[in-house]
Amino acid sequence: MSEFLQFLFSGLTVGAVYALVALGFTIIYNASGVVNFAQGEFVMLGGMITVFAHAAGLPLPLAALIAIAATAAIGVALNKLAIEPARGAPVVTLIIITIGASIFIRGAAQLIFGKQIHTFPAFSGDDPIHVMGATILTQSLWAIGGAAAVFVALWLFFTRTILGRAVLATSNNRLAAQLVGINTDFIMTLSFALSAGIGAFAGVLITPITMTSYDVGLGLALKGFAGAMLGGMGNPKGAFAGGLLLGLFEAMTAGYLSSQYKEAAAFVVILAVLFFMPQGLFGQKSTDRV
Amino acid sequence: MIKTLTTTVPAALIALGLASTAQAEIKIGASISATGPAAFLGDPEAKTLEMLVEELNAKGGINGEQVELVLYDDGGDANKARTFATRLIEDDEVQAIIGGTTTGASMSILAVAEDAEVPFISLAGAIDIIQPVKPNTFKTPHTDRMACQKIFEDMKKQNITKIGLISGTDGFGASMQAQCKDVVGEYGIEIVADETYDPKDADMTAQLTKIRNAAGVQAVLNPGFGQGPSIVTRNYKQLAIDLPLYQSHGVASDGFIELAGKDAAEGVRLPGTALLVAELLADGDAQKPVVSAYKAAYEAKYKTPVSTFGGYAHDGFALLVDAITRAGSSEPAAIREALEGVKGLAGTTGIYTMTAEDHLGLDLTAFRMLEIKDGDWTIVE
Repeated sequence: MSEFLQFLFSGLTVGAVYALVALGFTIIYNASGVVNFAQGEFVMLGGMITVFAHAAGLPLPLAALIAIAATAAIGVALNKLAIEPARGAPVVTLIIITIGASIFIRGAAQLIFGKQIHTFPAFSGDDPIHVMGATILTQSLWAIGGAAAVFVALWLFFTRTILGRAVLATSNNRLAAQLVGINTDFIMTLSFALSAGIGAFAGVLITPITMTSYDVGLGLALKGFAGAMLGGMGNPKGAFAGGLLLGLFEAMTAGYLSSQYKEAAAFVVILAVLFFMPQGLFGQKSTDRV
Repeated sequence: MIKTLTTTVPAALIALGLASTAQAEIKIGASISATGPAAFLGDPEAKTLEMLVEELNAKGGINGEQVELVLYDDGGDANKARTFATRLIEDDEVQAIIGGTTTGASMSILAVAEDAEVPFISLAGAIDIIQPVKPNTFKTPHTDRMACQKIFEDMKKQNITKIGLISGTDGFGASMQAQCKDVVGEYGIEIVADETYDPKDADMTAQLTKIRNAAGVQAVLNPGFGQGPSIVTRNYKQLAIDLPLYQSHGVASDGFIELAGKDAAEGVRLPGTALLVAELLADGDAQKPVVSAYKAAYEAKYKTPVSTFGGYAHDGFALLVDAITRAGSSEPAAIREALEGVKGLAGTTGIYTMTAEDHLGLDLTAFRMLEIKDGDWTIVE
C-alpha cells in the first residue's frame, strides 16, 4: 500500500509539472489554433528570472511576480515582432515561427543567464509530508494546487467572461469576430501575454522540484504538449487531466513494470487514446459548417 | 599530387636553408566545443588553453621558442571537428592538436591526426579513443570504467555486496551504467536493482522506492550528469533511505551540493579529482602545487570556479609542453615519441605515466574518494 501511494505521489508530482505546462498551451491555441512551441521557454524564463531576482536580494514572492510580468512582456513582444507581421500566414507557418522563437529565446538565455543549473528554495521548506508510509514534498502540493488554480481560472475565463468568449470567437473566425466588434489584434496580444504569464507561473512553481537551466524548455514543452494532446488540445480540463494522467502513467510504469519502459509506455497509451478518440479525452468534435 | 607538393616544397626549402627563423615558432592547434550542447565542458577548456599559452609565453615559451595557439570552436559537431582538424594540419601546419571535447569530436579528429601522423591529445571520456592504442592519439580524462572501479573498491572495503543502480539515460549515464555492470563482478558485488530515469525527469521516488524494496540491497549508485543526480539525492532524503548513496564523478562540483541541498547531500560519496579538493590535499601531495597554481590563476583571471573539464585541458597542455621540452624539437614525430615517455607528470587529474601501450597513463589513484560532510568535501582515504 505504501508502495502504491509512493508511486501515486511521484506520478502526481511529475503530472502536476506536465499539467502546468500543458495549461499554458491552451490560450494561444484557443485564440489562433497555433501550438506555441516556445511555451517551454516561457516556463524556463519564469524559473530563471525568479532565480536571478531572488539572488539579487528580492524576496521570493516579489521575484516571482517580476518573473511572471517580464515573461508576459516577452510573450507580447513575441506576438508583436514575429507573429503579427506574419498575419494571414497558414497556421503551420506560425507554428514554425514559434519553434524559431524557442531556439532564439534558448540561445539568448544561454548568453544572459549562463549554462549553469539553478534552483531556489521550496516555498514551505524541504521536509516531506508522511502519509501512510509514503512521502510527498510540500512543493509538489504547491504545484498540484497551482495547476488546479490555473485550470479553474482558465475554465471560468473561457466560459464566464466576455473576453474569454472573444478569444474563442477570434479563433473560430477572425473576420466574423472583427465584424461583431472584437479587437482581434488585442485578443492575440492578450493571449500571448496570458500564456507566457501562465508558463512563467508554472516555472516558478516547478523550479524547486525540477531545477532549471537555459535548455529545460524543450523537454518540458514536449511533455506538456503530449499531456495537452492526451486530454484534448485547447480544453483547460483536458490539459489538467492529460498532464496528470501522463505523469501517473510514467510513475506507475516505472514502479510496477520497469523504469526503462516508462517513456515508451506513456506514449503508447497516448497513441492508443488518440487512435480511438482523435480529439483527446475531453476534446470537442469540431464540425465545420459549409 | 597536392600532398606531395605540400610536403616536398617545405622540405626542399629547409634543405636549401631558406626557411626563415620566424617559422621556428611552435604552433599548437585546438578544436574545442566552446559553444553548443557541450559548452559547459568546452568553455573552461578553451579558457584554460588561452590562459596557459599566455602564461607560458610570458615566461619565455618552450626552449626559448614562443608558442602560438590556433583555437577553433567546433560547437560539439563531429563533422566540424573533422574539418577543423584538417584545416589545423594542412593550412595552419600545427605540430600537435589538443581538443575533441566530446567523444564524437575526438573520434573525428583522431582519424585525421592519425592519417597525417600529428600527435593528438583528446579531452573526452570514452575509452575507445585510446583502446586499441593508436600511435598518435593520447588522452587526459580518466574513464568512467575507472570511476566504477574506484567506487566498487570503496564499497568492497565496507563489505557491501548487493547494490542498486539508478542511472540517467543520457550518454554519460548510459555509458557509465554499462561500464559499471561490466566491471562489477570483479569486486564480488551484485547489482540487485537496475533502474533508469530520463535526464529531464522531475521525480525519481518511484525508482528509488523500487530499489529500496529490492531484497538485500546495501547501497545505491547513481551514474548521471546534470540535474538528475541532484534530484535523486533529494528524493533519497525525502524517502529517508538509510543506505550509503554513491554519486559519480559526473557531478563532482560544488554546484552539486548547492543544488541537492546541504542536508540531502550529507554523507554522499563520489570519486573526484584533486582539483576539487585543492585545499584539503596533504602538503606532500605531488598534485598539490599543480592544482593550487592552476586554480589560483584560473579563478583570478576568469572570476569563475575551476572545473574538472578545464583541468583536462590543463593536463593536455602540460603533457605537450613536457614532451616538447624533453624532445628538444617541435617535430610531430619527436613530440609523439616524447609523449610516450611521459613519466610521473603531476597534472590536475592525476599523475601521468605513459607507455607505448598506455596512452592515458592514469591509474585509480587519480580519483580521490570524497564524502560530503556539513556541505563541504572531505577526503575519505
